[in-house]
Amino acid sequence: MDKFNIEIDGKTIEADPGSMLIEAADNNGIHIPRFCYHKKLSVAANCRMCLVEVEKAPKPLPACATPVTAGMIVRTRSKKALEAQRAVMEFLLINHPLDCPICDQGGECELQDVAMGYGKDLSRYTEGKRTVKDKNIGPLISTEMTRCIQCTRCVRFGEEVAGFREMGGMNRGEHLEIGTYLDHNLQSEVSGNIIDLCPVGALTSKPFRFKARAWELQQRPSIAPHDALGSNINVHLRRGEVMRVVPRDNESINETWLSDRDRFAYTGLNSDDRLMQPMIKRKGVWETVDWSLALEQAAIGLKEIINLEGADELAALASTQSTLEELYLLQKIMRCLGSPHVDHRVRQIDFSCQDAMPLFPGLYQSIEQIEHADQILILGSNIHHDMPLLALRIRKAQVHGAKVHAINPLPFTYHFDVQHDCVCDPQDMIILLMGIAAALNISLGVEASISDTAKAIATDLQSGKRVTILLGVLVEHHPQSSLIRHLAKLIADQCLGQVGLLTEGPNAAGAWLAGMVPHRQAAGKKANKMGQDAAQLCETPKKGYVLFNLEPLDIGQTNVMQTLKAAKFVIALTSFKQADLLDVADVILPIAPFTETVGTFVNLTGLWQSFTAVSKPFGEVRPGWKVLRVLGNLLELPGFDYEDAFAIRDELKAQVDAFTPDAPAPLPAITKPSAQEGLVRVGHWPIYRGDPLVRRAQPLQDSGLNGSVAAFVHPALAVRLKLTVGQHVIVQQSHAHIQLPLQVDERLPMNVVYIPAGYSETAILADYAAVILGAAT
Amino acid sequence: MIEHQNLVCFRGLHLPEPWTMAAYESIGGYKVWRKILAEQTPADQLIADLKTAVLRGRGGAGFPTGLKWSFLQRNAPGQKYVLCNSDEGEPGTCKDRDILRFNPHQLIEGMAIAGYVMGATVGYNYIRGEFWEPFQRCEAALAEAYAAGLLGKNIQGKGVDFDLYNHLGAGAYICGEETALMESLEGRKGQPRFKPPFPANYGLYGRPTTINNTETFASVPVILADREDGQKGCDWFLNLGKPNNGGMKIFCVTGHVNRPGNYEIPLGTPFRDLLELAGGVREGHTLKAVIPGGSSAPVLPAATMMELTMDYDAIGKAGSMLGSGAVIVMDDTVCMVQILTRLMDFYYEESCGQCTPCREGSGWVHRILWRILNGEGHIEQLELLESISSKVIGHTICVFGEAFALPILSFLKHFRQEFIDHIKLKRCGVADGQV
Repeated sequence: MDKFNIEIDGKTIEADPGSMLIEAADNNGIHIPRFCYHKKLSVAANCRMCLVEVEKAPKPLPACATPVTAGMIVRTRSKKALEAQRAVMEFLLINHPLDCPICDQGGECELQDVAMGYGKDLSRYTEGKRTVKDKNIGPLISTEMTRCIQCTRCVRFGEEVAGFREMGGMNRGEHLEIGTYLDHNLQSEVSGNIIDLCPVGALTSKPFRFKARAWELQQRPSIAPHDALGSNINVHLRRGEVMRVVPRDNESINETWLSDRDRFAYTGLNSDDRLMQPMIKRKGVWETVDWSLALEQAAIGLKEIINLEGADELAALASTQSTLEELYLLQKIMRCLGSPHVDHRVRQIDFSCQDAMPLFPGLYQSIEQIEHADQILILGSNIHHDMPLLALRIRKAQVHGAKVHAINPLPFTYHFDVQHDCVCDPQDMIILLMGIAAALNISLGVEASISDTAKAIATDLQSGKRVTILLGVLVEHHPQSSLIRHLAKLIADQCLGQVGLLTEGPNAAGAWLAGMVPHRQAAGKKANKMGQDAAQLCETPKKGYVLFNLEPLDIGQTNVMQTLKAAKFVIALTSFKQADLLDVADVILPIAPFTETVGTFVNLTGLWQSFTAVSKPFGEVRPGWKVLRVLGNLLELPGFDYEDAFAIRDELKAQVDAFTPDAPAPLPAITKPSAQEGLVRVGHWPIYRGDPLVRRAQPLQDSGLNGSVAAFVHPALAVRLKLTVGQHVIVQQSHAHIQLPLQVDERLPMNVVYIPAGYSETAILADYAAVILGAAT
Repeated sequence: MIEHQNLVCFRGLHLPEPWTMAAYESIGGYKVWRKILAEQTPADQLIADLKTAVLRGRGGAGFPTGLKWSFLQRNAPGQKYVLCNSDEGEPGTCKDRDILRFNPHQLIEGMAIAGYVMGATVGYNYIRGEFWEPFQRCEAALAEAYAAGLLGKNIQGKGVDFDLYNHLGAGAYICGEETALMESLEGRKGQPRFKPPFPANYGLYGRPTTINNTETFASVPVILADREDGQKGCDWFLNLGKPNNGGMKIFCVTGHVNRPGNYEIPLGTPFRDLLELAGGVREGHTLKAVIPGGSSAPVLPAATMMELTMDYDAIGKAGSMLGSGAVIVMDDTVCMVQILTRLMDFYYEESCGQCTPCREGSGWVHRILWRILNGEGHIEQLELLESISSKVIGHTICVFGEAFALPILSFLKHFRQEFIDHIKLKRCGVADGQV
């Protein structure tokens, strides 16, 4: 339908048929006061603040719930409208404590702002005010429910956006209270958004509580450094100190939302073990030194390895929390020194499809397009925890009628309806996928049996017009990752759909582009000299290692610690003083986390998002790119004279633009899944254990979303092994054994033992590897 | 003096166990339904008859039933619903309870006809939570009707489906508001929806829905029945009352009368006669005021009331509402401050709390009235009460706001002096005869 004209306050404006009055007004800069209305939530029309006068209507109408009609004449500031708005304002304020001086929301409070315009300076209310007992809803959100104006934005957010009803309205009338009914920590991974949604100070940030006033804060834009979405954020600082993180609207990425991980991980910045100064180890004793000495030591150490052992004995591993510039410089140093051994895929086991990878891994469609998919197959991802905001998009698709299917080696909870939630062991995942492929008449060249589930999923996928298959980290870490990718590709092609890779960390795509892989240089050029992958680098010791933004427990390979300990020389560039690093490293250089450096992350749609430092570096800390630049100079390598970080980015960008990589190699042939006997340990980095910064964010650690550190098995398996819940068991792998308490989960496959990764207790265990459980004596 | 007439909803009241199917059929029950099924009477014709009869909604608003039923097209595709609002919770009202207790089959027949007219194959009878005995009677009647093959799928082999369910609420006044009732029926907290969309477009489970009061549905079979004298039921019904106010209406007379109770009498009967029928005001006392349509209707002073006839138009003109027909009679011993305070206790308790003016306003007026009642009031608070009330009216999601604000304005309009006296004396002057 065509747009038509309506008149608001004497101004003729165009409005979309079916839109609400308040949207038309907002689109034209006409402000109507409101509390319960939010553009991303359903219309509740309960606060009544947006009452306006509509010609021919006997009563004032709520602008949020009144559809526009052609020729409608609206007055938002007429006597009748203002009287209604002022009446509502008075009602809202009578029971509000008006404790603005001690309220964190003060200065950025919608109620305060609107009260300035529509409230009176003197209250006619002389009765006692209502008070409401506060609720404890966890370490992230602080409540002061006496301030609540019952707008239900938080309730609707849970119901509609998060898909997880935790907040609700109890009781009636004046006694209506918003809460969780029984007090408990909010379990939603996007719960922090209700802080932003709350128009008053009822729900505020607990870590930020009483820390600063809104008007003392400076706002600087940045990019969230925890998942590949690259959510846009604003960092709020007071006198240079990071006080909190809030979302910055970007419809194509995070809309108006932010995951709790991106919102609260900043609390790890000031952790006690934050590294302030360079350190070197002399005769086994750590000394704090100045930069020149530390860098000199680093350069000498590297040169020694090169000269005495050869460049082939040097390797660099980096995390995807590193910026594009840092990764580019790191691989450049390594390759200039003659070592091709660089990698960021520190949790991957199967690299056989690395030549088949495109220029960079990603979604290969826009994030918004996920909303329009009609069949979504999630493979190997705890989607709500791995990529919280992408999960919200999937939820939108599902609510609009898409069918979602999931195949995982571990049981996960979904906040949307899942048509087929298949939890099966790592081998059965492949068998199931082969069954789906076979049911779709794809010739695989190997025998495949078609189970009923496979047939049902295949039928659904085939009926889809916009099919998306998403491969998560549990596929990336899978020992037959390449096979799964190939099967997913075949299935997607058959259904005219798309495969998307959900990588870990904020900059996996950037790492590929920057050449932080052993087989390709920057911009996807074939490496002159083929390097070894992360698994080989951890399995067979080299003499020298550079660890960039990595702690050993971020690495999912076996024998990491032994390998690093055996090395002659290890440099760690990191932001935190971590015990394992102190154990294995010889030089530790303090580099800046994302808030203190300039850099670029490339998100899963290939979008380059550059950001600048929002605050000055702590102590002697230096941005990683500067450290690498100086190191390059000290090593007398050519091409390390960058003026600023943008020059590094632009150099890489020019290469990417100029070079057309060869078409990716074909995926390795389909083979039978390798047989699995006995029990297999499957690990997964819990939501708040994935990177060094988030592990230090205490409020997130306290939220309970990580789950417990234990060995989880099916209850029947526990019975068979004569083990009981809570009992300490010995978890044994070929090279290691640890003790963990036993937990049961009846949704687990019979032969899978889930043991979370990302904890120093479990770091020694290999992922997707055989394991033996026995009672501890 | 007029008599009990009991011609419509209470037509079987003289029988032993009138709630049984046998009793109902002995007075012509289910004849209309059987005839409609047999003849496949066009829906338009039935609606036309309802329009002729001018059956106005008995729940309070008085909306013409025939018109309401014409909003739903019998042949329109998709699921449609018929709902009966038996959540009778308005203080003073007790008529639906007696229909449910004594004449449930007539309600069932009315709803089945409604389902037929509008092409709705499912109906729900939402019964007030406290109505355990009426609920059981309805359940028994429903079982009888199913057993007789008058409900269900392909009824009497005529290709008509109608399944009916009784649903017992949980005891919330607000669930008598039609959209709150739907929310409650869907399993959610009973809170009104904002309108538009109206139930005819977006009702139960988002489907087109017609909702009527118990008494309305129960009147339908009588209206559509042919009289023994050959007269059409609808003409007969209209002529019972007066133009634009067809039929009989049950009035629930409570308060200071000698014979309180439900009286089914023609619309347009003078209040004077109804009062007499209810035995008149207590011996030795005079009539002071009447709330003519349930607790949410504005109060009227005795002198006004005594000149009125009991019908939608006359009472509306006098500044009140016929509402549900709950006539609360108050004699000269009544303290109007106390009455209003008591009413506001109720509304304070029953506000759903969803929208601001009602949630906050109901508590505010409740507190002020308690102060005045207990001698802590100030004279300015009378204007404040009026101001609060006027700020609630027209600003809320549903009419609950009006339901408590209009009575306040009427009490202050007609009995302001009593409030002033209360404030000045710091106690009640009525009770001890000082005023």
